[in-house]
Amino acid sequence: MKKLMLGNEAVARGVYEAGATVVSSYPGTPSTEITESIIAYEGIYAEWAPNEKVALEVASGAAIAGARAFSAMKHVGLNVAADPLFTMSYIGSNGGLVIAVADDPGMHSSQNEQDSRHYARASKTVMLEPSDSQEAKDYTKWAFEISEEYDTPVLVRLSTRVSHSQSIVELGERVEYQLKDYEYNPAKNVMMPAMGRARHAIVEERMEKLKLLSDKGDYNRIEINDTSVGIITSGIAYQYSKEVFPDASYLKIGMCYPLPDNLILEFASKVNRIIVIEELDPFIEEHCKSLGLAVEGKDRLPLCGEYSADLLGEKLLGLKKGTYSLNDEIIPIRPPVMCAGCPHRGLFYAVKKLKLIVTGDIGCYTLGALPPLNALDTCICMGAGFTAAHGFNKARGNEFSKKVIGVMGDSTFTHSGITGLIDIVYNKGISTVLVLDNSITGMTGHQNNPVNGYTIKGEPTRQVDIEKLAYAIGFERVRKIDPFDVDNTIKVLKEETKADEPSLIIVQRPCALLKSVKYKGCVVVDHDKCKRCMMCMKLGCPAISDIDGKIIIDETQCVGCGLCLNVCKFGAMRMEGGN
Amino acid sequence: MKAESIMIVGVGGQGTLLASRIIGNALIAMGYDVKMSEVHGMAQRGGSVVTYVKYGEKVNSPIIEKAGADLMLAFEELESARWLPYLKENGTLIMNRQKINPMPVITGSAVYPEGIEDKIRSAVKNVIALDALALAREAGTAKAVNVVLIGVMAATMKIGKEVWIEALGKTIPERFLDMNKKAFEMGYAAR
Repeated sequence: MKKLMLGNEAVARGVYEAGATVVSSYPGTPSTEITESIIAYEGIYAEWAPNEKVALEVASGAAIAGARAFSAMKHVGLNVAADPLFTMSYIGSNGGLVIAVADDPGMHSSQNEQDSRHYARASKTVMLEPSDSQEAKDYTKWAFEISEEYDTPVLVRLSTRVSHSQSIVELGERVEYQLKDYEYNPAKNVMMPAMGRARHAIVEERMEKLKLLSDKGDYNRIEINDTSVGIITSGIAYQYSKEVFPDASYLKIGMCYPLPDNLILEFASKVNRIIVIEELDPFIEEHCKSLGLAVEGKDRLPLCGEYSADLLGEKLLGLKKGTYSLNDEIIPIRPPVMCAGCPHRGLFYAVKKLKLIVTGDIGCYTLGALPPLNALDTCICMGAGFTAAHGFNKARGNEFSKKVIGVMGDSTFTHSGITGLIDIVYNKGISTVLVLDNSITGMTGHQNNPVNGYTIKGEPTRQVDIEKLAYAIGFERVRKIDPFDVDNTIKVLKEETKADEPSLIIVQRPCALLKSVKYKGCVVVDHDKCKRCMMCMKLGCPAISDIDGKIIIDETQCVGCGLCLNVCKFGAMRMEGGN
Repeated sequence: MKAESIMIVGVGGQGTLLASRIIGNALIAMGYDVKMSEVHGMAQRGGSVVTYVKYGEKVNSPIIEKAGADLMLAFEELESARWLPYLKENGTLIMNRQKINPMPVITGSAVYPEGIEDKIRSAVKNVIALDALALAREAGTAKAVNVVLIGVMAATMKIGKEVWIEALGKTIPERFLDMNKKAFEMGYAAR
């Protein structure tokens, strides 16, 4: 049976067909739908872990215990999970251990553009790289087989365009996988210096065997056609290359680590010149050069951003296309915005009024950095919202710290905020930090998390009590506020930032896109009462515009959250239809 | 057959993703090789979004390049202008006359251009413009703008109506199906 599937759905299908039984992941664009798709299959235990390190450790334990285990994450998630990855390389697997990692060239939804292939080399593991959904499924299944045969974790590298493109997949049956025996084996599974030294030597031997596998050509394929140009490429770049150079010869790389030295040399002997086409870093190109080959690539192709067939045509063939255009018409950009009804808007409005420095974090609330709110001073990585605030405190002293707050969401808090809280208390900081609890992992498309009290399958479970947790850690000032009560939000922020001890403020209001949130009606403006003070415009609500000298509410966008009623001092806003 | 390309452009939240999936299901039922590319995550939040659908005997890249779209389905006026360079020469543009102000216009740092439709018509021969939002409301929900536009598009293509109706059934939950079939018919008739 054939089915149109996202690359991510196809990876999930591969996990299912491979007979895997344990999956632990943390959501992150563009990887999220892999694990979301897995829950539809019978016979697989799947969970959202608090972070990627936890997820990979759970999968590692499951693999050592004899199951085929899997974990999916975005590229920056692999930074968090790097610790278990590097040592699992020494331990190996038992049941297959496969990790899907999704890079984001072009940074559609990420804070950096790192190239995860370096992790395969650094951790001395294996990396496969599919170029469409069929390969995404096939390679995932292969990854489990390689993992068991060669006793190694295997990475499957995706990129946004493979993860989020749909193409046709031939479905297969699920393998009835018998758990591998679990045996007490400290020399293999307990990594202390003595055991680690012995295992390192085994890892190096394994890499030699894996090079032979890479050379065998099951994963790396030579397609000889016109031999005047030979292209070495992998992943989505293969698809773009085929559009621009349909008649060229190809070495299509499916296993990007370890690379197939002999196949590369054989290919080089058959073609006149070689162009390496790969997004981001010259990973394959530098390897070819290390083999003594004079290849072309990054001399003309960029290190930054996504590739496309147009880009390859322009940079490699000098092609320029004629296109329709509206000549000199200026088309305003349309950056992403916080949705109408977003609970974060109320908080950032208050924060801006108080002119606070905000060390921010990763999530929907990162959009508070954009105009007109311009509310964030920093955004580094998950967890740094709190810890960077502590850094400001220690760099510039307690008085300065009273103008600084750290913010992060509920999911980010369980991901890596708790250790930051401990650091602040333990090291006598005075930072005021805020958990923006919207009852969901929002930006990645609504995943449950330990704070909202539902599992990946929507079953009720124990809920992390942030308030009790903060008290247990040693915070003595913990407040709860509703960000739509703007006056109280300002009052509490003033009180807590003034204090000479650390404070945690839990800012609670659920995401407006949740089905359980039922705002009613739509706001209308009474133009007789409106004084055009523009306070409502400072909210940066996509439903409110100032057009031809009048404040206008776009009824197709307004969800009726009522925040603008709370900031209008002249009572010019009123709710119609409901409430 | 050479691969054909349909580009769907709009504003995050307008239902472009569902539209591409309905179209994909119809094309698969016709036996084509199909590839589609979508936008998820931060870019989806009220930003300019684009999804690609390519079909034919064999499709390589899932991405549509400049001057590559045989058909462009624009859910919003400004977005039709933004993505116009991706329309193929003599390609067809189906545009919804809805306007959604982007944040720079809301904050007053930019102006929403006037007369986009006329300007596009002076450059592009095949333009179908309509108020899909009004039709969607008539069908029962403003959310069905996407299905109205698919209806308009279906009327320009050589794929049987029943194939489209079946694709709707495969993609849309049962309880919204009748309303969406109505929206499709209204779009189909509007052509």
